[in-house]
Amino acid sequence: MSQFLRVAEKSRPRVTITVDGATVEALEGDTLLTALLTTGRRVRESEFSDGPRAGFCVIGACQDCWVWMDGGERTRACSTYITDGMTIFTHNPEWPWTPPA
Amino acid sequence: MDAPRVVVVGAGPAGVRATEALVASGLRPLVIDEAPLAGGQIYRRPPPGFRRTTKELYGFEAAKAEAIHRTFDDLIDFIDYRPRTLAWNVQDRVLYTVRDDAVTPVPFDALVLATGATDRVLPFPGWTLPGVYTLGGSQVALKHQGCVVGRRTIFLGSTPLLYLAAYQYVKAGAEVVAVLDTASFSSKVRAAPKMLSNAPMFAKGLYIMAVLRRFGVPIENGVRPVAVEGEDAVSGLCYRRRGGGEVHIKCDAVASGFGLRPESQLAELAGCDFRFDPVFRQWLPQPTGDGRVGNGVYLAGDGARIGGADAAEVSGELAALSLIEDLGRGPGDTARVAGLYRRLTSLMRFQAGLASAFPWPADMAWNLPDEAIVCRCEAVTAGEIRRAAQRSLGGGREINRAKAFSRVGMGRCQGRFCGLGAAEVVAAALDQDISTVGRLRGAGPVKPISLSSILDE
Repeated sequence: MSQFLRVAEKSRPRVTITVDGATVEALEGDTLLTALLTTGRRVRESEFSDGPRAGFCVIGACQDCWVWMDGGERTRACSTYITDGMTIFTHNPEWPWTPPA
Repeated sequence: MDAPRVVVVGAGPAGVRATEALVASGLRPLVIDEAPLAGGQIYRRPPPGFRRTTKELYGFEAAKAEAIHRTFDDLIDFIDYRPRTLAWNVQDRVLYTVRDDAVTPVPFDALVLATGATDRVLPFPGWTLPGVYTLGGSQVALKHQGCVVGRRTIFLGSTPLLYLAAYQYVKAGAEVVAVLDTASFSSKVRAAPKMLSNAPMFAKGLYIMAVLRRFGVPIENGVRPVAVEGEDAVSGLCYRRRGGGEVHIKCDAVASGFGLRPESQLAELAGCDFRFDPVFRQWLPQPTGDGRVGNGVYLAGDGARIGGADAAEVSGELAALSLIEDLGRGPGDTARVAGLYRRLTSLMRFQAGLASAFPWPADMAWNLPDEAIVCRCEAVTAGEIRRAAQRSLGGGREINRAKAFSRVGMGRCQGRFCGLGAAEVVAAALDQDISTVGRLRGAGPVKPISLSSILDE
Protein backbone atom coordinates (compact mmCIF):
# COMPACT_ATOMS: atom_id res chain seq x y z
CA MET A 1 0.00 0.00 0.00
CA SER A 2 1.31 3.41 -0.88
CA GLN A 3 0.31 6.90 0.21
CA PHE A 4 0.73 8.72 -3.12
CA LEU A 5 -0.72 7.42 -6.36
CA ARG A 6 0.70 8.24 -9.78
CA VAL A 7 -2.03 9.57 -12.06
CA ALA A 8 0.09 11.13 -14.82
CA GLU A 9 3.64 11.20 -16.24
CA LYS A 10 4.02 7.46 -15.74
CA SER A 11 6.20 6.71 -18.77
CA ARG A 12 9.43 8.23 -17.45
CA PRO A 13 12.57 6.06 -17.28
CA ARG A 14 12.81 3.79 -14.24
CA VAL A 15 15.58 4.26 -11.71
CA THR A 16 16.33 2.54 -8.43
CA ILE A 17 17.41 4.00 -5.14
CA THR A 18 18.31 2.42 -1.81
CA VAL A 19 16.27 3.33 1.25
CA ASP A 20 17.48 2.00 4.62
CA GLY A 21 19.26 -0.77 2.72
CA ALA A 22 16.25 -1.83 0.63
CA THR A 23 15.87 -1.25 -3.11
CA VAL A 24 13.09 1.11 -4.11
CA GLU A 25 11.84 1.61 -7.68
CA ALA A 26 11.18 5.16 -8.79
CA LEU A 27 10.95 7.25 -11.94
CA GLU A 28 13.41 9.82 -13.25
CA GLY A 29 12.30 13.28 -12.10
CA ASP A 30 10.76 12.02 -8.85
CA THR A 31 11.54 13.79 -5.65
CA LEU A 32 12.61 11.58 -2.77
CA LEU A 33 9.22 12.22 -1.19
CA THR A 34 7.46 10.91 -4.30
CA ALA A 35 9.74 7.87 -4.44
CA LEU A 36 9.11 7.07 -0.76
CA LEU A 37 5.36 7.67 -0.79
CA THR A 38 4.53 5.90 -4.06
CA THR A 39 6.05 2.79 -2.45
CA GLY A 40 5.03 3.23 1.20
CA ARG A 41 3.21 5.34 3.74
CA ARG A 42 5.95 6.74 5.93
CA VAL A 43 9.03 8.90 5.51
CA ARG A 44 10.50 8.97 9.00
CA GLU A 45 9.74 8.75 12.72
CA SER A 46 9.03 11.85 14.78
CA GLU A 47 11.98 12.52 17.12
CA PHE A 48 9.40 13.08 19.86
CA SER A 49 8.08 9.50 19.78
CA ASP A 50 4.62 10.47 18.59
CA GLY A 51 4.75 8.17 15.59
CA PRO A 52 5.56 8.05 11.90
CA ARG A 53 5.52 11.09 9.62
CA ALA A 54 5.15 11.30 5.86
CA GLY A 55 5.82 14.95 5.02
CA PHE A 56 3.19 17.66 5.18
CA CYS A 57 3.70 20.83 3.15
CA VAL A 58 5.46 19.28 0.12
CA ILE A 59 7.05 22.66 -0.71
CA GLY A 60 10.14 22.79 1.48
CA ALA A 61 8.71 24.84 4.35
CA CYS A 62 7.60 22.48 7.16
CA GLN A 63 10.82 20.40 7.42
CA ASP A 64 8.73 17.32 8.25
CA CYS A 65 10.33 15.10 5.58
CA TRP A 66 13.98 15.14 6.58
CA VAL A 67 16.03 12.14 5.51
CA TRP A 68 19.77 11.50 5.43
CA MET A 69 22.09 10.91 2.49
CA ASP A 70 24.73 8.21 2.80
CA GLY A 71 27.35 10.88 3.46
CA GLY A 72 25.41 11.87 6.58
CA GLU A 73 24.00 15.15 5.17
CA ARG A 74 20.41 15.89 5.97
CA THR A 75 18.02 16.75 3.13
CA ARG A 76 14.34 17.52 2.65
CA ALA A 77 12.75 14.65 0.72
CA CYS A 78 10.22 16.98 -0.94
CA SER A 79 12.83 19.24 -2.48
CA THR A 80 15.50 16.69 -3.43
CA TYR A 81 15.37 14.96 -6.80
CA ILE A 82 16.44 11.34 -6.92
CA THR A 83 19.32 10.08 -9.01
CA ASP A 84 19.89 6.50 -10.07
CA GLY A 85 21.68 4.59 -7.32
CA MET A 86 21.06 7.23 -4.65
CA THR A 87 21.30 5.85 -1.12
CA ILE A 88 19.35 7.38 1.73
CA PHE A 89 18.37 6.65 5.31
CA THR A 90 15.11 7.66 6.94
CA HIS A 91 16.80 7.94 10.32
CA ASN A 92 19.97 9.75 11.27
CA PRO A 93 22.71 7.19 10.60
CA GLU A 94 24.89 8.76 13.29
CA TRP A 95 22.27 8.44 16.01
CA PRO A 96 21.12 5.30 17.76
CA TRP A 97 17.72 4.36 16.43
CA THR A 98 15.33 1.55 17.03
CA PRO A 99 13.13 0.63 14.09
CA PRO A 100 9.41 0.55 14.83
CA ALA A 101 8.18 -2.92 15.77
CA MET B 1 28.83 55.99 -10.52
CA ASP B 2 28.46 52.23 -10.14
CA ALA B 3 25.19 50.68 -11.23
CA PRO B 4 22.86 50.23 -8.26
CA ARG B 5 22.77 46.75 -6.82
CA VAL B 6 19.16 45.61 -7.07
CA VAL B 7 18.08 42.21 -5.78
CA VAL B 8 14.80 40.36 -6.24
CA VAL B 9 13.96 37.43 -3.97
CA GLY B 10 11.47 35.02 -5.54
CA ALA B 11 10.63 34.15 -9.13
CA GLY B 12 6.88 33.64 -8.92
CA PRO B 13 4.40 35.99 -10.60
CA ALA B 14 5.38 38.97 -8.40
CA GLY B 15 9.14 38.46 -8.73
CA VAL B 16 8.96 37.92 -12.49
CA ARG B 17 6.91 41.08 -13.14
CA ALA B 18 9.19 43.09 -10.84
CA THR B 19 12.24 41.76 -12.67
CA GLU B 20 10.70 42.58 -16.04
CA ALA B 21 10.10 46.21 -15.03
CA LEU B 22 13.60 46.56 -13.55
CA VAL B 23 15.22 45.24 -16.74
CA ALA B 24 13.05 47.53 -18.87
CA SER B 25 14.46 50.49 -16.92
CA GLY B 26 18.02 49.43 -17.77
CA LEU B 27 18.88 47.75 -14.47
CA ARG B 28 20.45 44.30 -14.22
CA PRO B 29 18.91 42.78 -11.09
CA LEU B 30 20.15 39.75 -9.25
CA VAL B 31 17.27 37.27 -8.95
CA ILE B 32 17.37 34.69 -6.17
CA ASP B 33 14.93 31.79 -6.18
CA GLU B 34 14.74 28.64 -4.11
CA ALA B 35 13.27 26.60 -6.95
CA PRO B 36 15.30 25.14 -9.83
CA LEU B 37 12.86 26.70 -12.36
CA ALA B 38 11.03 30.03 -12.20
CA GLY B 39 7.25 30.22 -11.83
CA GLY B 40 6.67 30.20 -8.07
CA GLN B 41 4.35 27.68 -6.45
CA ILE B 42 1.30 28.64 -8.46
CA TYR B 43 2.99 28.34 -11.84
CA ARG B 44 5.51 25.76 -10.74
CA ARG B 45 7.08 23.83 -13.59
CA PRO B 46 7.59 20.07 -13.47
CA PRO B 47 11.13 18.70 -13.82
CA PRO B 48 12.61 18.05 -17.27
CA GLY B 49 11.15 14.97 -18.97
CA PHE B 50 7.56 15.55 -17.86
CA ARG B 51 5.14 15.81 -20.78
CA ARG B 52 1.80 17.28 -19.70
CA THR B 53 0.73 20.38 -21.60
CA THR B 54 0.40 23.76 -19.86
CA LYS B 55 -3.38 23.38 -20.25
CA GLU B 56 -3.23 20.08 -18.36
CA LEU B 57 -0.92 21.56 -15.73
CA TYR B 58 -2.47 24.95 -15.09
CA GLY B 59 -6.06 24.59 -16.36
CA PHE B 60 -7.88 27.93 -16.42
CA GLU B 61 -4.61 29.77 -15.79
CA ALA B 62 -2.57 28.15 -18.58
CA ALA B 63 -2.17 31.38 -20.58
CA LYS B 64 -1.02 33.31 -17.51
CA ALA B 65 1.42 30.57 -16.54
CA GLU B 66 2.87 30.49 -20.04
CA ALA B 67 3.21 34.27 -20.08
CA ILE B 68 5.09 34.27 -16.76
CA HIS B 69 7.41 31.45 -17.87
CA ARG B 70 8.09 33.03 -21.26
CA THR B 71 8.66 36.48 -19.77
CA PHE B 72 11.20 35.12 -17.34
CA ASP B 73 12.97 32.91 -19.88
CA ASP B 74 13.38 35.98 -22.12
CA LEU B 75 14.92 37.95 -19.23
CA ILE B 76 17.61 35.46 -18.29
CA ASP B 77 20.35 37.09 -20.38
CA PHE B 78 19.63 40.44 -18.75
CA ILE B 79 19.78 39.41 -15.12
CA ASP B 80 22.06 37.62 -12.70
CA TYR B 81 19.90 34.55 -12.00
CA ARG B 82 20.56 32.34 -9.02
CA PRO B 83 18.11 29.42 -8.88
CA ARG B 84 18.18 26.75 -6.13
CA THR B 85 19.34 29.46 -3.77
CA LEU B 86 17.87 30.27 -0.37
CA ALA B 87 17.86 33.84 0.97
CA TRP B 88 18.08 33.17 4.69
CA ASN B 89 18.85 36.45 6.40
CA VAL B 90 19.02 40.18 5.83
CA GLN B 91 20.94 42.60 7.93
CA ASP B 92 22.43 46.09 7.33
CA ARG B 93 21.58 46.06 3.63
CA VAL B 94 23.19 42.69 3.07
CA LEU B 95 21.15 39.66 2.02
CA TYR B 96 22.63 36.31 2.98
CA THR B 97 22.12 33.48 0.53
CA VAL B 98 23.09 29.83 0.48
CA ARG B 99 23.31 27.35 -2.36
CA ASP B 100 24.67 23.82 -2.00
CA ASP B 101 25.93 24.74 1.49
CA ALA B 102 27.95 27.71 0.17
CA VAL B 103 27.01 31.03 1.75
CA THR B 104 27.18 34.21 -0.34
CA PRO B 105 26.48 37.61 1.21
CA VAL B 106 24.79 39.91 -1.30
CA PRO B 107 25.03 43.64 -0.50
CA PHE B 108 22.16 45.61 -2.03
CA ASP B 109 21.01 49.16 -2.63
CA ALA B 110 17.44 48.03 -3.22
CA LEU B 111 15.69 44.77 -2.44
CA VAL B 112 12.36 43.44 -3.72
CA LEU B 113 10.96 40.69 -1.53
CA ALA B 114 8.53 38.53 -3.51
CA THR B 115 8.68 35.56 -1.19
CA GLY B 116 5.18 34.16 -1.68
CA ALA B 117 3.04 32.30 0.79
CA THR B 118 2.50 28.97 2.48
CA ASP B 119 -0.74 27.34 3.57
CA ARG B 120 -2.36 28.75 6.67
CA VAL B 121 -3.22 25.65 8.66
CA LEU B 122 -5.02 24.83 11.87
CA PRO B 123 -4.29 21.81 14.01
CA PHE B 124 -6.86 19.08 14.62
CA PRO B 125 -6.42 15.79 16.47
CA GLY B 126 -4.48 13.33 14.34
CA TRP B 127 -3.11 15.87 11.86
CA THR B 128 0.44 14.55 12.20
CA LEU B 129 -0.52 11.10 10.88
CA PRO B 130 0.92 10.09 7.49
CA GLY B 131 -1.71 11.01 4.90
CA VAL B 132 -2.52 14.52 6.16
CA TYR B 133 -1.13 17.18 3.82
CA THR B 134 -1.51 20.87 3.31
CA LEU B 135 -3.94 21.81 0.61
CA GLY B 136 -1.18 23.50 -1.38
CA GLY B 137 0.94 20.37 -0.95
CA SER B 138 -1.82 18.26 -2.47
CA GLN B 139 -1.81 20.55 -5.51
CA VAL B 140 1.98 20.60 -5.83
CA ALA B 141 2.13 16.77 -5.70
CA LEU B 142 -0.17 16.69 -8.72
CA LYS B 143 1.29 19.59 -10.67
CA HIS B 144 4.94 18.94 -10.01
CA GLN B 145 5.03 15.13 -9.74
CA GLY B 146 1.87 13.79 -11.41
CA CYS B 147 0.77 12.21 -8.11
CA VAL B 148 -2.28 12.52 -5.91
CA VAL B 149 -1.76 12.37 -2.15
CA GLY B 150 -4.18 9.48 -1.61
CA ARG B 151 -6.51 7.03 -3.30
CA ARG B 152 -9.48 8.47 -1.38
CA THR B 153 -8.88 12.08 -0.47
CA ILE B 154 -10.91 14.47 1.68
CA PHE B 155 -10.46 18.21 1.20
CA LEU B 156 -10.98 20.02 4.49
CA GLY B 157 -10.71 23.66 5.45
CA SER B 158 -11.90 27.15 4.70
CA THR B 159 -10.79 28.54 1.36
CA PRO B 160 -12.03 28.58 -2.22
CA LEU B 161 -8.89 26.60 -3.09
CA LEU B 162 -10.53 23.54 -1.49
CA TYR B 163 -12.90 23.42 -4.43
CA LEU B 164 -10.19 24.15 -6.99
CA ALA B 165 -7.94 21.39 -5.63
CA ALA B 166 -10.85 18.91 -5.50
CA TYR B 167 -11.68 19.84 -9.09
CA GLN B 168 -8.07 19.28 -10.16
CA TYR B 169 -8.12 15.88 -8.46
CA VAL B 170 -11.33 14.64 -10.07
CA LYS B 171 -10.14 15.89 -13.46
CA ALA B 172 -6.96 13.86 -12.94
CA GLY B 173 -9.07 10.76 -12.33
CA ALA B 174 -8.61 10.65 -8.56
CA GLU B 175 -11.32 9.83 -6.06
CA VAL B 176 -12.44 12.74 -3.90
CA VAL B 177 -14.41 11.46 -0.93
CA ALA B 178 -15.79 14.85 0.11
CA VAL B 179 -15.15 18.57 0.31
CA LEU B 180 -15.65 19.55 3.94
CA ASP B 181 -15.85 23.30 4.27
CA THR B 182 -15.71 24.79 7.76
CA ALA B 183 -17.21 28.03 6.41
CA SER B 184 -20.97 28.30 6.57
CA PHE B 185 -23.08 28.77 3.48
CA SER B 186 -24.45 32.03 4.88
CA SER B 187 -20.99 33.60 5.24
CA LYS B 188 -20.52 33.02 1.51
CA VAL B 189 -23.87 34.55 0.66
CA ARG B 190 -23.07 37.61 2.77
CA ALA B 191 -19.71 38.07 1.03
CA ALA B 192 -21.08 37.60 -2.49
CA PRO B 193 -21.37 41.33 -3.31
CA LYS B 194 -17.64 41.85 -2.64
CA MET B 195 -16.71 38.73 -4.58
CA LEU B 196 -18.73 39.93 -7.57
CA SER B 197 -16.10 42.68 -7.94
CA ASN B 198 -14.18 39.98 -9.82
CA ALA B 199 -16.91 38.51 -12.00
CA PRO B 200 -14.69 36.15 -14.05
CA MET B 201 -13.21 34.64 -10.87
CA PHE B 202 -16.67 34.34 -9.31
CA ALA B 203 -17.95 32.60 -12.46
CA LYS B 204 -14.99 30.22 -12.39
CA GLY B 205 -15.92 29.29 -8.82
CA LEU B 206 -19.49 28.50 -9.82
CA TYR B 207 -18.27 26.39 -12.75
CA ILE B 208 -15.96 24.38 -10.47
CA MET B 209 -18.82 23.72 -8.04
CA ALA B 210 -20.98 22.51 -10.92
CA VAL B 211 -18.26 20.10 -12.10
CA LEU B 212 -17.79 18.72 -8.58
CA ARG B 213 -21.54 18.09 -8.34
CA ARG B 214 -21.51 16.39 -11.74
CA PHE B 215 -18.77 14.05 -10.47
CA GLY B 216 -20.93 13.35 -7.42
CA VAL B 217 -18.50 14.81 -4.88
CA PRO B 218 -20.34 15.48 -1.61
CA ILE B 219 -19.87 19.07 -0.38
CA GLU B 220 -20.70 20.06 3.18
CA ASN B 221 -20.64 23.53 4.69
CA GLY B 222 -20.15 24.56 8.29
CA VAL B 223 -18.44 21.37 9.46
CA ARG B 224 -15.76 20.95 12.16
CA PRO B 225 -13.17 18.15 12.13
CA VAL B 226 -13.20 16.01 15.27
CA ALA B 227 -10.21 13.73 14.61
CA VAL B 228 -8.26 11.99 11.91
CA GLU B 229 -8.57 8.25 12.46
CA GLY B 230 -5.87 5.64 11.95
CA GLU B 231 -3.00 3.92 13.76
CA ASP B 232 0.11 4.49 11.65
CA ALA B 233 -1.57 6.34 8.78
CA VAL B 234 -4.88 7.97 7.90
CA SER B 235 -7.78 5.51 7.62
CA GLY B 236 -10.67 7.91 8.09
CA LEU B 237 -11.94 11.20 9.42
CA CYS B 238 -14.52 11.99 12.06
CA TYR B 239 -16.23 15.36 11.69
CA ARG B 240 -19.18 17.15 13.19
CA ARG B 241 -21.99 18.40 10.99
CA ARG B 242 -23.35 21.89 11.31
CA GLY B 243 -26.40 20.46 13.08
CA GLY B 244 -24.18 18.65 15.60
CA GLY B 245 -24.14 14.99 14.54
CA GLU B 246 -20.78 13.23 14.22
CA VAL B 247 -19.92 11.44 11.00
CA HIS B 248 -17.11 8.92 10.35
CA ILE B 249 -15.90 8.49 6.81
CA LYS B 250 -13.16 6.30 5.38
CA CYS B 251 -10.34 7.95 3.47
CA ASP B 252 -6.57 7.56 3.18
CA ALA B 253 -5.65 11.23 2.79
CA VAL B 254 -6.79 14.59 4.13
CA ALA B 255 -5.70 17.76 2.33
CA SER B 256 -6.30 20.72 4.59
CA GLY B 257 -5.96 24.47 4.24
CA PHE B 258 -7.47 27.62 5.71
CA GLY B 259 -6.20 30.20 3.28
CA LEU B 260 -2.63 31.35 2.94
CA ARG B 261 -0.11 33.20 5.07
CA PRO B 262 2.69 35.42 3.76
CA GLU B 263 6.28 34.22 3.99
CA SER B 264 7.16 37.53 5.60
CA GLN B 265 10.21 36.53 7.66
CA LEU B 266 12.74 38.37 5.46
CA ALA B 267 10.54 41.48 5.51
CA GLU B 268 10.58 41.30 9.30
CA LEU B 269 14.37 40.89 9.41
CA ALA B 270 14.68 43.85 7.02
CA GLY B 271 12.92 45.98 9.64
CA CYS B 272 9.33 46.22 8.34
CA ASP B 273 6.56 47.23 10.69
CA PHE B 274 3.81 44.68 11.23
CA ARG B 275 0.23 45.35 12.24
CA PHE B 276 -2.67 43.12 13.14
CA ASP B 277 -5.13 42.89 10.26
CA PRO B 278 -8.63 42.02 11.49
CA VAL B 279 -9.86 40.86 8.06
CA PHE B 280 -7.08 38.30 7.55
CA ARG B 281 -6.73 37.82 11.35
CA GLN B 282 -2.94 37.89 10.97
CA TRP B 283 -0.05 40.24 11.61
CA LEU B 284 1.03 41.62 8.25
CA PRO B 285 3.87 43.84 7.10
CA GLN B 286 2.72 47.33 6.24
CA PRO B 287 3.95 48.46 2.85
CA THR B 288 2.40 51.44 1.15
CA GLY B 289 0.13 50.52 -1.79
CA ASP B 290 3.11 50.73 -4.10
CA GLY B 291 5.23 48.29 -2.10
CA ARG B 292 7.59 50.66 -0.24
CA VAL B 293 8.62 49.79 3.30
CA GLY B 294 11.69 52.03 3.53
CA ASN B 295 15.44 51.40 3.77
CA GLY B 296 15.55 50.32 0.12
CA VAL B 297 13.16 47.43 0.71
CA TYR B 298 10.03 46.76 -1.35
CA LEU B 299 7.39 44.06 -0.88
CA ALA B 300 5.39 42.40 -3.63
CA GLY B 301 2.89 39.60 -4.04
CA ASP B 302 1.53 37.18 -1.47
CA GLY B 303 4.68 37.56 0.63
CA ALA B 304 3.29 40.91 1.77
CA ARG B 305 -0.46 40.40 1.71
CA ILE B 306 -2.52 37.57 0.25
CA GLY B 307 -3.95 38.75 -3.03
CA GLY B 308 -3.52 35.79 -5.35
CA ALA B 309 -1.47 35.40 -8.51
CA ASP B 310 -3.06 38.19 -10.53
CA ALA B 311 -2.57 40.72 -7.74
CA ALA B 312 0.99 39.44 -7.34
CA GLU B 313 1.79 40.33 -10.94
CA VAL B 314 0.41 43.84 -10.44
CA SER B 315 2.10 44.46 -7.10
CA GLY B 316 5.39 43.10 -8.46
CA GLU B 317 5.43 45.66 -11.23
CA LEU B 318 4.30 48.42 -8.85
CA ALA B 319 7.07 47.65 -6.36
CA ALA B 320 9.65 47.73 -9.15
CA LEU B 321 8.33 51.06 -10.49
CA SER B 322 8.54 52.56 -6.98
CA LEU B 323 12.10 51.29 -6.67
CA ILE B 324 13.08 52.73 -10.07
CA GLU B 325 11.63 56.09 -9.13
CA ASP B 326 13.38 56.07 -5.73
CA LEU B 327 16.72 55.38 -7.43
CA GLY B 328 16.14 58.60 -9.37
CA ARG B 329 16.06 56.85 -12.71
CA GLY B 330 13.77 59.17 -14.59
CA PRO B 331 10.19 60.24 -13.93
CA GLY B 332 7.82 57.36 -13.43
CA ASP B 333 4.95 56.67 -15.80
CA THR B 334 2.29 58.08 -13.49
CA ALA B 335 -0.63 56.96 -15.67
CA ARG B 336 0.69 53.38 -15.67
CA VAL B 337 1.19 53.46 -11.92
CA ALA B 338 -2.32 54.83 -11.35
CA GLY B 339 -3.81 52.10 -13.56
CA LEU B 340 -1.91 49.36 -11.73
CA TYR B 341 -2.93 50.78 -8.39
CA ARG B 342 -6.61 50.78 -9.38
CA ARG B 343 -6.38 47.18 -10.54
CA LEU B 344 -4.60 46.11 -7.35
CA THR B 345 -7.23 47.84 -5.20
CA SER B 346 -10.00 46.01 -7.03
CA LEU B 347 -8.25 42.62 -6.75
CA MET B 348 -7.63 43.17 -3.03
CA ARG B 349 -11.30 44.02 -2.54
CA PHE B 350 -12.11 40.60 -4.01
CA GLN B 351 -9.64 39.00 -1.58
CA ALA B 352 -11.28 40.75 1.36
CA GLY B 353 -14.55 39.25 0.12
CA LEU B 354 -12.98 35.79 0.04
CA ALA B 355 -11.57 36.26 3.54
CA SER B 356 -15.05 36.99 4.93
CA ALA B 357 -16.71 34.26 2.86
CA PHE B 358 -14.17 31.71 4.10
CA PRO B 359 -13.39 32.83 7.65
CA TRP B 360 -10.67 31.32 9.80
CA PRO B 361 -12.46 29.01 12.27
CA ALA B 362 -10.53 30.08 15.35
CA ASP B 363 -12.84 28.03 17.55
CA MET B 364 -11.08 24.91 16.21
CA ALA B 365 -7.98 26.01 18.13
CA TRP B 366 -9.89 27.24 21.18
CA ASN B 367 -11.68 23.89 21.51
CA LEU B 368 -8.73 21.58 20.83
CA PRO B 369 -8.43 18.73 23.34
CA ASP B 370 -5.43 19.22 25.64
CA GLU B 371 -3.64 16.19 24.19
CA ALA B 372 -3.83 17.41 20.56
CA ILE B 373 -0.49 18.30 18.98
CA VAL B 374 -0.23 21.94 17.87
CA CYS B 375 3.51 22.10 17.03
CA ARG B 376 4.30 19.34 14.55
CA CYS B 377 8.07 19.84 14.83
CA GLU B 378 8.38 19.17 18.56
CA ALA B 379 5.00 17.58 19.35
CA VAL B 380 3.94 20.39 21.71
CA THR B 381 0.30 19.90 22.70
CA ALA B 382 -2.54 22.36 23.21
CA GLY B 383 -2.51 21.53 26.93
CA GLU B 384 1.19 22.39 27.26
CA ILE B 385 0.62 25.71 25.49
CA ARG B 386 -2.35 26.50 27.76
CA ARG B 387 -0.28 25.77 30.87
CA ALA B 388 2.59 27.87 29.51
CA ALA B 389 0.23 30.75 28.82
CA GLN B 390 -1.06 30.62 32.39
CA ARG B 391 2.46 30.42 33.81
CA SER B 392 3.56 33.44 31.82
CA LEU B 393 0.83 35.70 33.22
CA GLY B 394 3.26 37.66 35.36
CA GLY B 395 5.69 38.30 32.53
CA GLY B 396 3.44 39.30 29.67
CA ARG B 397 0.24 37.95 28.26
CA GLU B 398 1.45 37.03 24.81
CA ILE B 399 2.56 34.26 22.50
CA ASN B 400 6.34 34.72 22.80
CA ARG B 401 6.14 34.12 26.55
CA ALA B 402 4.17 30.94 25.92
CA LYS B 403 6.82 30.02 23.35
CA ALA B 404 9.60 30.44 25.89
CA PHE B 405 7.85 28.15 28.35
CA SER B 406 6.47 25.50 25.97
CA ARG B 407 8.82 25.67 22.94
CA VAL B 408 5.85 26.10 20.60
CA GLY B 409 7.17 27.79 17.45
CA MET B 410 10.80 26.99 18.27
CA GLY B 411 11.00 23.96 16.02
CA ARG B 412 12.53 23.73 12.62
CA CYS B 413 9.54 25.11 10.69
CA GLN B 414 9.98 28.20 12.89
CA GLY B 415 6.32 28.58 13.63
CA ARG B 416 5.12 28.64 10.03
CA PHE B 417 2.58 25.88 10.63
CA CYS B 418 1.80 26.22 14.35
CA GLY B 419 2.17 29.95 15.00
CA LEU B 420 -1.30 31.15 14.04
CA GLY B 421 -3.09 28.24 15.69
CA ALA B 422 -0.94 28.53 18.83
CA ALA B 423 -1.75 32.25 19.10
CA GLU B 424 -5.46 31.34 19.11
CA VAL B 425 -4.88 28.72 21.81
CA VAL B 426 -3.05 31.33 23.93
CA ALA B 427 -5.71 34.00 23.33
CA ALA B 428 -8.47 31.64 24.42
CA ALA B 429 -6.50 30.38 27.45
CA LEU B 430 -5.95 33.96 28.61
CA ASP B 431 -9.42 35.11 27.54
CA GLN B 432 -7.89 37.88 25.45
CA ASP B 433 -8.58 39.14 21.96
CA ILE B 434 -6.27 37.59 19.37
CA SER B 435 -4.94 41.03 18.40
CA THR B 436 -3.45 41.42 21.90
CA VAL B 437 -1.38 38.24 22.13
CA GLY B 438 1.19 39.26 19.50
CA ARG B 439 2.87 37.04 17.00
CA LEU B 440 5.87 34.74 16.95
CA ARG B 441 8.87 36.85 16.06
CA GLY B 442 10.98 35.78 13.10
CA ALA B 443 14.70 35.07 13.27
CA GLY B 444 17.42 34.27 10.78
CA PRO B 445 18.16 31.82 9.30
CA VAL B 446 14.57 31.75 8.06
CA LYS B 447 14.97 28.08 7.14
CA PRO B 448 17.37 25.50 8.56
CA ILE B 449 20.80 25.62 6.93
CA SER B 450 23.80 23.54 7.82
CA LEU B 451 26.03 24.90 10.52
CA SER B 452 29.11 24.14 8.44
CA SER B 453 27.92 26.47 5.68
CA ILE B 454 27.83 29.38 8.13
CA LEU B 455 31.17 28.49 9.70
CA ASP B 456 32.83 28.29 6.28
CA GLU B 457 31.70 31.78 5.40
